[in-house]
Amino acid sequence: MEINNKVAKQLKRDFPIFKHNPKLIYLDNAATTQKPQQVIDIIKNFYEKGYANIQRGIYKLGEKATELYLNSKKSIAEFIGCDFKEIIYTKNATDSLNFLSYTLSSIIPKGRKEIVLTEMEHLSNLIPWQQLAKREKMKLKFIKLKKDSYELDIEDMKKKITKKTAVVCLIHVSNSLGTINSIKEIIKYAKSKGAITVLDAAQSVPHFRINVKEIGCDFLAFSGHKILGPTGIGILYGSKKLLEKLLPFTFGGGAAKDVDFNKADWADIPARFESGTQNIAGAIGLGRAIKYIQEIGIENIEKWERKLTAYALTRLKEVPGIVIYNNQKNSSGIISFNLGKIHPHDVASLLDAEGIVIRTGRHCNNLLMKQLGLGGTCRISFYFYNTFEDIDALVSVLKKIAKKFE
Amino acid sequence: MEFGVPKSMYSKHIMELYKSQKNYGLLENSTAEATETNSACGDEITIQLIVKKNKVQNAKFSGSGCVLSLVSASLLTDKIKEMEVKDIKNLDKKDILKLMGFSITLSRMKCVMLPLEAVKKALR
Repeated sequence: MEINNKVAKQLKRDFPIFKHNPKLIYLDNAATTQKPQQVIDIIKNFYEKGYANIQRGIYKLGEKATELYLNSKKSIAEFIGCDFKEIIYTKNATDSLNFLSYTLSSIIPKGRKEIVLTEMEHLSNLIPWQQLAKREKMKLKFIKLKKDSYELDIEDMKKKITKKTAVVCLIHVSNSLGTINSIKEIIKYAKSKGAITVLDAAQSVPHFRINVKEIGCDFLAFSGHKILGPTGIGILYGSKKLLEKLLPFTFGGGAAKDVDFNKADWADIPARFESGTQNIAGAIGLGRAIKYIQEIGIENIEKWERKLTAYALTRLKEVPGIVIYNNQKNSSGIISFNLGKIHPHDVASLLDAEGIVIRTGRHCNNLLMKQLGLGGTCRISFYFYNTFEDIDALVSVLKKIAKKFE
Repeated sequence: MEFGVPKSMYSKHIMELYKSQKNYGLLENSTAEATETNSACGDEITIQLIVKKNKVQNAKFSGSGCVLSLVSASLLTDKIKEMEVKDIKNLDKKDILKLMGFSITLSRMKCVMLPLEAVKKALR
């Protein structure tokens, strides 16, 4: 289904929040996306009509719940191009990355003592690795950001990734700048040096087609709530070859095949990593969200978001005093800006007064803001249910705000 | 559910106070000083005081912030002049909201409270 402004308006009707708040203009999709009726219904129906624990009960109700849970996993696997055994359910992308920062140390070869990150990492892909470095006495290195084009410095990347590199972890799409990083090139280079590669795909999986095998990364993390799913469910993809070598991080029911008084034999992947009762309803909700996306077609979503972004970049330039921090060439539907010296929080509050919701501040990008010498920015971020009218309303209020501060 | 901040948060009166920047600047001979930052946005307010005989004689503020934190700093540095230190230490959220003259949305509470936190830190 090709999306245009009319179709976007129709799709918006699937989202009850806009029925209940007809004046709401939601431009904070990088923080979290709204939920369609289909996702809300499947969760409600599961609790009302088919709820039971999974992979335990020898009864129909439990079998049906297990089937729904596993089918969701299969949908997600198909969506990102991997085997469903390579999908681990977590709480969110942060949880996925924390899991890795604890479990990877057991498979890092001795002699590799460096972790390579970038200057544009979100705190969720920074602090876990700082802690790993502290525990294992490793060194952190950061691929530089080019301040004129808001993209990663590929020459610097080649200096930072070496035969000493244990892990390369990087953000796919910057959650502040919208820059789509050249991950295929970076991952290929990292693999040629023998490093383990981890991709924070929280801002990419919901917006354009991802195929983990084509990208070639070893691990990939994203959150369900940023792709129409409920909160509390996230994904960690791991290549079978490496997952087989990893130990569980949380221990309990489901993680072990056979247990004796003093030892346990680990279950196969991915059960090994999913001990305890999982977020079953969350997983089913996420599976439905992915199905909803597939019904529209992720390529159509990408195309529409590109149109919205191009339109917004043109229209925003009309606002007096605006400074836009965007690569303009290779960017997703995330745009950061400042209105002269007006504090981002003031901009956000004044937009909020008109029903327009944006994010302001550092966006958990403390390193990036420091590098750019910014206290914070205003950030708008689109999803396929946004329309040209949303952008028109934003620009009109921004002009009023600029005037108020003259 | 209702959306939107109260319009009074950015009334003409508040905007005038913001633009006037009353009490913004540095104090020579200050006897107490402290800086507080808002970790959410990086705002930084420094308060300088001249305290004599347990009374604040003069107060100024500097740094950077949003309309709400700077207006709060202007009004607060006015209010504490000639106040006893022990009374300043008892000031709280209620007093700041009274000074501002309107209710503040939850996510902006930290902004208006930042100057008082800096004053209390300076008086510790």
